[in-house]
Amino acid sequence: MFSAGAESLLHQAREIQEEELKKFCSRISKLLQTEDLGPDTVDSLQRLFLIISATKYHRRLEKMCIDLLQATLSLPACPEQLQVLCTAILREMSPCDSLSLAWDHTQNSRQLSLVASVLLAQGDRNEEVRAVGQGVLRALESRQPEGPSFRHLLPVMAKVVVLSPGTLQEDQTTLLSKRLVDWLRYASLQQGFPHSGSFFSTPRARQPGPITEVDGAVATDFFTVLSTGHRFTEDQWLNVQGFSMLRAWLLHSGPEGPGALDTDDGSEQEGSMLSVISATSSAGRLLPPRERLREVAFEYCQRLIEQSNRRALRKGDSDLQKACLVEAVLVLDVLCRQDPSFLYRSLSCLKALHGRLQGDPASVRVLLPLARFFLSHGEVAAVDSEAVCRHLFTRIPSEQFHSPMLAFEFIQFCRDNLHLFAGHLSTLRLSFPNLFKFLAWNSPPLTSEFVELLPALADAGTALEMLHALLDLPCLTAALDLQLRSSPAPSERPLWDTSLRVPSCLEAFRDPKFQGLFQYLLRPKASGTIERLAPLHQLLQPMASCARVAQCAEAVPTLLQVFFSAVTQVADGALTNQLALLLLGRSDSLYPAPGYAACVYRVLSSQFLALCKLKPSLVVELARDLLEFLGSVNGLCSRASLVTSVVWAIGEYLSVTYDRRCTVEQINKFFEALEALLFEVTQCRPSATLPSCPPQVVTVLMTTLTKLASRSQDLIPRTSLLLSKMRNLAQSPASSTGGHESPGREAGPRLGLAPSETLTQGWPLFILWALSPSPLLLGHAELS
Amino acid sequence: MVHAFLIHTLRAPNTEDTGLCRVLYSCVFGAEKSPDDPRPHGAERDRLLRKEQILAVARQVESMCRLQQQASGRPSMDLQLQSSDEQVPLHEAPHGAFRLAAGDPFQEPRTVVWLGVLSLGFALVLDAHENLLLAEGTLRLLARLLLDHLRLLVPSTNLLLRADRIEGILTRFLPHGQLLFLNDQFVQGLEKEFSAAWPR
Repeated sequence: MFSAGAESLLHQAREIQEEELKKFCSRISKLLQTEDLGPDTVDSLQRLFLIISATKYHRRLEKMCIDLLQATLSLPACPEQLQVLCTAILREMSPCDSLSLAWDHTQNSRQLSLVASVLLAQGDRNEEVRAVGQGVLRALESRQPEGPSFRHLLPVMAKVVVLSPGTLQEDQTTLLSKRLVDWLRYASLQQGFPHSGSFFSTPRARQPGPITEVDGAVATDFFTVLSTGHRFTEDQWLNVQGFSMLRAWLLHSGPEGPGALDTDDGSEQEGSMLSVISATSSAGRLLPPRERLREVAFEYCQRLIEQSNRRALRKGDSDLQKACLVEAVLVLDVLCRQDPSFLYRSLSCLKALHGRLQGDPASVRVLLPLARFFLSHGEVAAVDSEAVCRHLFTRIPSEQFHSPMLAFEFIQFCRDNLHLFAGHLSTLRLSFPNLFKFLAWNSPPLTSEFVELLPALADAGTALEMLHALLDLPCLTAALDLQLRSSPAPSERPLWDTSLRVPSCLEAFRDPKFQGLFQYLLRPKASGTIERLAPLHQLLQPMASCARVAQCAEAVPTLLQVFFSAVTQVADGALTNQLALLLLGRSDSLYPAPGYAACVYRVLSSQFLALCKLKPSLVVELARDLLEFLGSVNGLCSRASLVTSVVWAIGEYLSVTYDRRCTVEQINKFFEALEALLFEVTQCRPSATLPSCPPQVVTVLMTTLTKLASRSQDLIPRTSLLLSKMRNLAQSPASSTGGHESPGREAGPRLGLAPSETLTQGWPLFILWALSPSPLLLGHAELS
Repeated sequence: MVHAFLIHTLRAPNTEDTGLCRVLYSCVFGAEKSPDDPRPHGAERDRLLRKEQILAVARQVESMCRLQQQASGRPSMDLQLQSSDEQVPLHEAPHGAFRLAAGDPFQEPRTVVWLGVLSLGFALVLDAHENLLLAEGTLRLLARLLLDHLRLLVPSTNLLLRADRIEGILTRFLPHGQLLFLNDQFVQGLEKEFSAAWPR
């Protein structure tokens, strides 16, 4: 579809020079001046539109050309194609200071609508929005309410109200509210006449029939968007448009503005039980226009809910029924906020709807606004919102995580309604494993949503379980994929990646030995226990090349950062220690996706330091575990960033300044362990299987050893011996070490020093830097 | 309400493509206000900003579509035409939604609903808290109408010089960005009206 020809056309349109454009414009001006409205003009205008729209930079058109475009638009006999083109060109140029379009009452409503689109695109620099709004209202006042014209102007009104809510005066909103009542409630129940009867048809044959419901039955009540027929009358069109803009109108047309009827304060208004339990309909009484509109809106929504129960004959209508249900619930929500007396009647109707939809998987997206309604108004209504939440969070994510729109809407629902979850936050928090399923399957669009949502989900009680879950997120993606592959229910098109065949993983998934682990991974709620999923890592390794798993793995580091910043705010000392231990413990047990471990280590290493900074005494408290961690050289080089952080933290915080319980024995023990590590690291030769250790590790080991020595004077002689050994190591000829690059050599070029100079000339720097905070050893500073 | 509608190119996910994402058509309904900014903006600068916002959306949609295609293992051949007579199964086409935070790139937070059909991406930029079921339905309808009435499946046609038809469809089915609750019969009626005004 987008061929090379189109690419070159775009290129030409962009590159056209000013001179050439000028000539083109004058050609167009000539055509328009002579009111030549034929194919030549159309073709030229199409090209002009492309020239204007193809570039983001301003294209200067001659004033005469612009004026002629505006004039042509306003010509009474101008064919629609040309009108539309002129409008499009003027709109694409906007905002533009050289336009002089104005609202002109003599034009027909289609032209007015086109003019409005250009005016509204100016960015309200000269109060165009207000002018357009006033223009539309004047047209409404002056013409017949059912005239063919208003169909084109009502959407303009909707746009004006949304763009600039306070722009209408009260009597004007009253007027439009009255009209809306007429269109919504009293539209004709007969089908429209055909536009042109044929010469031979008899008048009786042209008699239109009644409007029908979507299931073919004759309409039983007033006309709505779910009423069908072969042709429609003007007032029926206005009914459709009126309902389409109803919610925006109810929200924005109040004199107080959209924000005044705030959701959080609604409960105070709802406190009046008398009005709430009033079951009498106010249809009989004469109501002021705004209240009348609300009453009509309520009846309309009720009718839509009833109509949605019918079995639609066409698929398009069936989809529309669901969209109408969502809208009806949203409108009822607005009505109940504006006038609590609607609450009682709404609740009975919506509870019935909820019961009907609960078991229907195709209607799951309607359950979200319903849940929101119950959460916002639940207290007054004694609705079991807890049960509503539980149903929502338990089954739906497990069964429908693969639907991208549902996933997005579900997480949006959680994010936007956190303030409503006040009493049920624990339900939300405990459901995090299920919520993670949406994330694991649809990570690109949902990562940013979870960045906002995680802080609310993070909780001291579930923190450790959640951290494990985040680190295992790619496994979850793999497991969900296997679950879909194994499920008996066939769908039209496979939801998993059919290009990837993973028979061994499927076997493992079905193997009873691993049932427990998979069930734990796929659990819907936080279980309070931790299961080691290391066996699954290896089993699921073939799926690491699956694109979906890789995308999920990419999202994890960001989420880890967010998790830690959230959890450290609520973590007490004990939890901080546990988190630090978890970090270290999981570092050798990560899902083997390419590049995953490296990215995770980077995050874990910076977070470990953050934890230490928050609670320096954890180094002393976890001394034994840290020693154990250091003892495992296996894989040390691959976890270099984490090791560097741990060693640095030891050097920084293992002292009585940070924890009085720090003993000299501890310092000595650490010294020995680090010394051994240093030797091991500098003497192990890099080979094909083991990567060489980055110089940062060596550097940090040396500086930490020096720092520790400054706190335990017995260690000073050992330190100086150690440092000279290191220097000798660096100075030994390369041939004797068989191609081994000493860290000193590697670090040398980076420090701008020649290889052999690094360790000799760098010593004083190291020592001074390491010892600078401690005055104790100034006398020993001449070690070299 | 819809803030903008755009059509842009989608490049195949697995092939090496050195081109850029191109916006082929865009329509902004109304304009964002800039009331809080003390500096007076030139009209040109506002227009530049608007175009860049649309391009930013197009790029993000392209990226989301590509990631979704890769994740579901759809081969890049899906983006090629099999036959111009074939009905494109729109309900199986890649689609999704994502949120744009305030300031990035629009002033207000917005939601984007998108649909990928062969090598074209269609997107609606919505105000936050819109009826997404309706938006999704409208987007599919627009895509179907554009594919049919602009004969986009025929290899040689392109939509760059046929903006008038696109506008004709938009003024009827998405007037001023208003999402309409149109049942099947209404859609047919509007389509007949459009075909009468714009003969093929």
